[in-house]
Amino acid sequence: MVSRYSNMTFMGYRRDNGRVGVRNHVVILPVDDISNAACEAVANNIKGTLALPHAYGRLQFGEDLELHFRTMIGTGANPNVAAVVVIGIEPGWTQKIVDGIAETGKPVAGFSIEQNGDLKTIMDASRKAKEFVHYATELQREECPISELWISTKCGESDTTTGLGSCPTVGNMYDKLLPEGIYGCFGETSEITGAEHICKARAINEEVGERWYRMWKAYQEEVIEQFKTNDLSESQPTKGNIEGGLTTIEEKALGNLEKIGKTSRYIDILKPAETPKSGNGLYFMDTSSAAAECVTLMAAGGYVVHTFPTGQGNVIGNPIVPVIKITANPRTVRTMSEHIDLDVSGILRRDMTIDDAGDALIDMIVRTSNGRNTAAEALGHREFVMTKLYRSA
Amino acid sequence: MEIPHLLVHEHADNVGVVVVEGLTAGTKMLCCVTADNSTFELVAKADVPIGHKIAIRDLKQGDTAIKYGEDIGRMIADVEQGGHVHVHNLKTKRW
Repeated sequence: MVSRYSNMTFMGYRRDNGRVGVRNHVVILPVDDISNAACEAVANNIKGTLALPHAYGRLQFGEDLELHFRTMIGTGANPNVAAVVVIGIEPGWTQKIVDGIAETGKPVAGFSIEQNGDLKTIMDASRKAKEFVHYATELQREECPISELWISTKCGESDTTTGLGSCPTVGNMYDKLLPEGIYGCFGETSEITGAEHICKARAINEEVGERWYRMWKAYQEEVIEQFKTNDLSESQPTKGNIEGGLTTIEEKALGNLEKIGKTSRYIDILKPAETPKSGNGLYFMDTSSAAAECVTLMAAGGYVVHTFPTGQGNVIGNPIVPVIKITANPRTVRTMSEHIDLDVSGILRRDMTIDDAGDALIDMIVRTSNGRNTAAEALGHREFVMTKLYRSA
Repeated sequence: MEIPHLLVHEHADNVGVVVVEGLTAGTKMLCCVTADNSTFELVAKADVPIGHKIAIRDLKQGDTAIKYGEDIGRMIADVEQGGHVHVHNLKTKRW
């Protein structure tokens, strides 16, 4: 069906595997925490590269290790990344990540530190990184249909205005663009609590809804019930949520779920950092509700633009994915305007409809995809936070 | 429409959200139900910050607070119509 959104296009970078990116990063990716210093040195040597230091990658095992590899490979494979230099302490796990990223067809090279030392590794990796910068900077954007965008969402520092304004704005965008063929993604498993009956019913069919419910229930039983203290130690809702007027997790969850709109239905459930395999449509990813962890996982799943409703003003960004901040809270617009890409506070004044706001967000998504830097990018927010499932060996 | 002071999601709700800064006790509030943009008036009984909730009818301890037409928790203290509803008188039923 042709709608007024069908003919919209954006200028993106088409990669060898057919996916389209909206940024063109050359990433210097550490396999493990002890390779951060070498990666940062390479990024310092070669301008136009981006190191992604993180805290993990040693003595992890089982599902936690699988998640580590999935996050590393998914980050390198993301279409917003043109080429990748991978540095690890030893060659085995380094090569595993190189091989995973190489499946996309993009340039990738691995370097390991043992028997070379930091200095030789930095020199060799810097020469390769320089080659990659020359390669990436000659790539040109081309016109792509809007259906090729993969757009994720997660809200943060929510308050009651997110449920009234900024989350329904994202929901309206999904209701308009999912039928055009985009991939969508929402998550935040703990934060559906209180709205789980609604979320279960928003699956494409009963089987998917039942699988979603089992996943949500497992988190309640395996994590919340085992570790909870009173009110989840002021973490769900957070102190910021409470300052903003949210009182209970039920209230927060109902506002959160406004992000999937009125008509959209999710078609499958993703493990953290997993790439969708069931075609275009909306996916639920099993993630933490902590902003940086969640956005990092969705970026590793292959999403190239993130829409982020905020109430009290969460300042998070991501190194490889532009994070578009939307707020309906006039106080946040007044006090934190440098963090806000789209002001929908008119919804609260009743001089802007949700439909208008959804169109304004689609316009901002296209402009951002074309290259407009988001507030978080301009302010240097590059939060890259790995999710860890349990203690290392 | 004039700028409303309080937004209510659904007609079934018994709480609404203050959407203006600096609301003071005694203000005759313009309230709007976002489901159909219908309006009503209500007097605020307390100074309530932007984003915080106000009871749109008298609520008793043990009552369920309704927002989005859904259960958002249990009242742990009474609150009168126009009064502030937050962590001092409303609690989750979950954890």
